[in-house]
Amino acid sequence: MSSAIALCAGSANRIFALVERHAYLMLKSWPRIVSTMYYPTVTMIMWAFVTIYLTPKSNFLSDAPGLFIGAVLLWDILFRGQLGVSLTFVEEMYSRNLGNLFVSPLRAWELIAGQLAMSILRTLIGVGGACFFAWVLFHYSIFTFGFPLIAFFVNLIVCGWAIGLAVSGMVLRWGLGAEELAWAAVFLIAPVSGVYYPIGVLPGWVQTIAHAIPTSYVFEGMRAVLLEHVFRADLFFQALAVNAVYLAAGVTLYLLAIRYAREHGMLLQMGE
Amino acid sequence: MPPSIAAFPHAVIEVRDLRKSYRRVEAVKGVSFAVRRGTTTALLGGNGAGKTTTLSMLLGVLTPTAGAIRILGEPMPERRYSVLPRINFTSPYVDLPKRLTVAENLRVYARLYGVTRPRLRVGELAEELDLVEFIDRPYGNLSAGQRTRVSLAKALLNRPEVLLLDEPTASLDPDIGDRMRTLLEGYQKRSGCTMLLASHNMGEVERMCDDVIMLRAGLVVDQGSPSALLERYGRGNMEEVFLDIARERVDPDHGASADGHAEGIVS
Repeated sequence: MSSAIALCAGSANRIFALVERHAYLMLKSWPRIVSTMYYPTVTMIMWAFVTIYLTPKSNFLSDAPGLFIGAVLLWDILFRGQLGVSLTFVEEMYSRNLGNLFVSPLRAWELIAGQLAMSILRTLIGVGGACFFAWVLFHYSIFTFGFPLIAFFVNLIVCGWAIGLAVSGMVLRWGLGAEELAWAAVFLIAPVSGVYYPIGVLPGWVQTIAHAIPTSYVFEGMRAVLLEHVFRADLFFQALAVNAVYLAAGVTLYLLAIRYAREHGMLLQMGE
Repeated sequence: MPPSIAAFPHAVIEVRDLRKSYRRVEAVKGVSFAVRRGTTTALLGGNGAGKTTTLSMLLGVLTPTAGAIRILGEPMPERRYSVLPRINFTSPYVDLPKRLTVAENLRVYARLYGVTRPRLRVGELAEELDLVEFIDRPYGNLSAGQRTRVSLAKALLNRPEVLLLDEPTASLDPDIGDRMRTLLEGYQKRSGCTMLLASHNMGEVERMCDDVIMLRAGLVVDQGSPSALLERYGRGNMEEVFLDIARERVDPDHGASADGHAEGIVS
């Protein structure tokens, strides 16, 4: 029993070390904090003005004026969540620190846990900043979603983690030349996620693809909350189920990439 | 020939028939050796001889194609997480995060290695390795010599029983190089640590090492104490022995002659 507690304490300590390392980097650099908030805030402002422009012309938007702002903020939970995982890993490659990490007692799952923790931190800073400005500038509070916001957050960030881990694996496998994936990967699913429009407007075969993407359930759920004032638990659980598959696939790809790197001697050589 | 593995039943590092093949290249072709407790052993060879590949397999960051490794009595890489907290590694080719200060880097690694009271340990090492004046400066702003000392501090954080060193004094000026060697010798004297060192600095090898393992093209071509090798090859220093072996100026079946001249020197 006591050895199990010691093992858990050791793991927690190593995960904390990884978070501490990236938090040192992030929190003492105001340009990094600003750049984390910059894109979500600017996008939010743009959609807020689109809303202001269209609301008098559209009954649809008059009923749910927060539709676009809510959508853009939720989308950024996914994007920041994914970036948080991928960039934490890319940062280790840039600093040629992977070798030191992998010869330390840090286990692969602890590395993953550290990346996920950093993803939450980056998401809270990035999206939190945009939410603050949405409230100050447009009197829009994301908390008007109420309890469903937690359900949306969980599903979006887990989907971001899955994509982020898969991207980390690809960057490890193909080197920093694949770094662009960290910025671009999530946009592959944007058209079929139904961020700004219902899945129903997509062609039939694209809808089939959309149903295999967890985020499509989240944004359908968001519209249900804003337009029909109901929380669709069925959509929440469907998103959760698809996310479980995605997360398992993301973790597997990442672990396979680590195994490949161990077999091909890449861990002590990786860097800029 | 020097004693085989069987002569060291309590070896701290034990390697048997270790092999590593990539698609078209066999980088390590069946290497066996043992390192005795509390000694320093050099792993020597030219570029591409297999030194870093062997060290990487010992550290568990490279999966062997075949063969067996035991460190501190535990099989690697199977028992990696029992072994890694008790050993450490430093190399000029692996960096620490450049934007973090020296103190931040060392505190992070102290946590990773489960060091109790990390701030105290970092303070001790800062005094010992003379890091105090730049402890709050970013690692990336340090000179090569300062960085090497910080990397050594990182390697000593967990008071390792086994220290693997990949060219620990490469790119250092003679003064800093000498200080590094003195620090390592001091640590070994105090702790009884076992060290395995890959180096191209033959003066370092003669000064620090109890045993030498010579690699060429992924094979162990000779091994023994520096004095035994000097005698066997009839040379005045390890640099000449290294050149004899690296340039294949020796017959693999050579033997030492009574007058100190190697019988197997080809050219």
